[in-house]
Amino acid sequence: MKYILNKTAFFFITLWVAITINFILPRLMPGNPALAMIARYKGRISIQALHSIEVAFGLNIHQSIFQQYFSYLDRTLTFNFGTSLVYYPSTVAEEIAIHMPWTLGLMGITTVISFIVGTLIGIRAAWKRNSALSSSSVVISLFLNSVPYFWIALLFQYILGFVLGWFPISGAYSLIQSKGINMIGSIIYHAILPASTIFITSMGGWILTMRNNMIDELSSDYAIFAYAKGLPEKRIDYNYVARNAILPNFTQFAMAIGFIVSGALLTEMVFSYPGIGYLLYQAVIGLDYPLMQSLFFFITVSVLVANFIMDMLYILIDPRVRVE
Amino acid sequence: MNYVRMFFKDKKILVGATILLTMVFVAIFARYIAPYSPHYMGFTPLESPSFKHILGTTATGQDVFSRVIWGTRMSLAVGLLVGLFTTVISVILALISGYFGGIVDNVISLFINVFLVIPPLPLMIVLAAYMPSRGMWTIILVITVTGWAWGARTLRPQIMSLKNRDFVKASIIVGESSFHTIFIDILPHTLGLIVANFFGTAMYAVISEAGLEFIGLGNVNDISWGTILYWAENDQAMFFGLWSWLLVPGILIALLGTSMALMNFAVDEIINPKLKGEKNG
Repeated sequence: MKYILNKTAFFFITLWVAITINFILPRLMPGNPALAMIARYKGRISIQALHSIEVAFGLNIHQSIFQQYFSYLDRTLTFNFGTSLVYYPSTVAEEIAIHMPWTLGLMGITTVISFIVGTLIGIRAAWKRNSALSSSSVVISLFLNSVPYFWIALLFQYILGFVLGWFPISGAYSLIQSKGINMIGSIIYHAILPASTIFITSMGGWILTMRNNMIDELSSDYAIFAYAKGLPEKRIDYNYVARNAILPNFTQFAMAIGFIVSGALLTEMVFSYPGIGYLLYQAVIGLDYPLMQSLFFFITVSVLVANFIMDMLYILIDPRVRVE
Repeated sequence: MNYVRMFFKDKKILVGATILLTMVFVAIFARYIAPYSPHYMGFTPLESPSFKHILGTTATGQDVFSRVIWGTRMSLAVGLLVGLFTTVISVILALISGYFGGIVDNVISLFINVFLVIPPLPLMIVLAAYMPSRGMWTIILVITVTGWAWGARTLRPQIMSLKNRDFVKASIIVGESSFHTIFIDILPHTLGLIVANFFGTAMYAVISEAGLEFIGLGNVNDISWGTILYWAENDQAMFFGLWSWLLVPGILIALLGTSMALMNFAVDEIINPKLKGEKNG
């Protein structure tokens, strides 16, 4: 019970911090950055929209900082994020709804696959610690872990897309074949390059953490006892040790949700893939602060919710937290 | 001094240190290694690699190779400085939190956990986008603010357990000041973790810097590997077939990152010998 209360309190505190960061940052910077944005969009968007931005960023209004803060909280909690500037006259919420499915589909599926494959390789690598698989997987994972995602994306785009011409260079689907089964094929075809980029670069992390957790667990008393007792190695590894070693990985997986939702931002940007990451990029280059703020809010909330769910699942998968 | 010997015998460290030191060398002597000025714009634009221009030229007629050499400075500086700053912050917070415990510990732990959960890349982007000025120090600030929590999180339990060891308790009972206990008794025993953490965040900083600059959140007139890639993408190096302009800075970022990751991993192995090959029991 105490555990649940703790985690729930933590959820709300972090949520509050994330919301407050959005409020404080533009007001903290010298010469409120929203001014530059308003100057840039004057004449291009309606007076009402401009006024709502002035309200949102605390310009030209005679309210105390507390009044501003409470009206800001009210708007955030009712998901009233205002109008996007880059995609004017769409609202921010509409744009997020349009771009979300692409990211969820591409990044979500790829991350899950990469998690499963990486974890399995990690188990094997820990089990046969002196094998070629183990040492090579460590070095390769270290390398993949330190390669910038966007650069692997550039590499794939250049070699497989541009030079060899096997895959499309950008976009999420072909504009010509836009009906029925062809459309689905086209979507999958366009997803291959960005998906393999994410797969390859994110797998290294799963391998490394799983291997290290496994090795820690393998030297614990119960594992040594199981060996001494003569249980088959497979059973020890998969049924006993891996089950314990995977727990920290689940937490990391919850964190990776943030990565999914921020859409491996740079990968989407390189491939002009119309997901959340691409949207965030457009918001950044277009100085679209309302869109940027709500994307930050949205991504953070997804991570928090995923974390919270994972914490609750822990009660089921790790009996140790139940005891306290 | 067994650790020192292990440090130099380790192949991972040897490889990592060689890469890192070579880059430090290149950064220091960039003036003598680069054949041309990185700013000079008088060459034929968009040339493929040749003897005159090993890596070709940019859309504005600059020598790519010279820019890559000079770019080493900023990429390296950001990595090392962020590594240093985050390490200092996380060591201080972990020491205060782990040593004094109680309500101070609760507050700091909460603070650490909150920062761990907020996704770093979006936070970095939002921070950088609001910053009034762009450039190296802005990037260092942004990455430091978002990157210190992990180190504090790994160090804190270590310090808490050290605090309960007999030799530390003895030191407290003898009446040594907190200052003495913290810096003379506890800190040296966490050195391995601190070093590992330094390389870990330095790697994270190198990659993050490249990403931020690639999106255009750095100062695009600075010369670093990230901005070279920014221009390669913006001037469509790919469509002109200028692979060297596009690929070389990325390989170097990856190499620098790997060298730091190797050292992080190797130091980790020295602290925790279990991670090495030897099988138990």
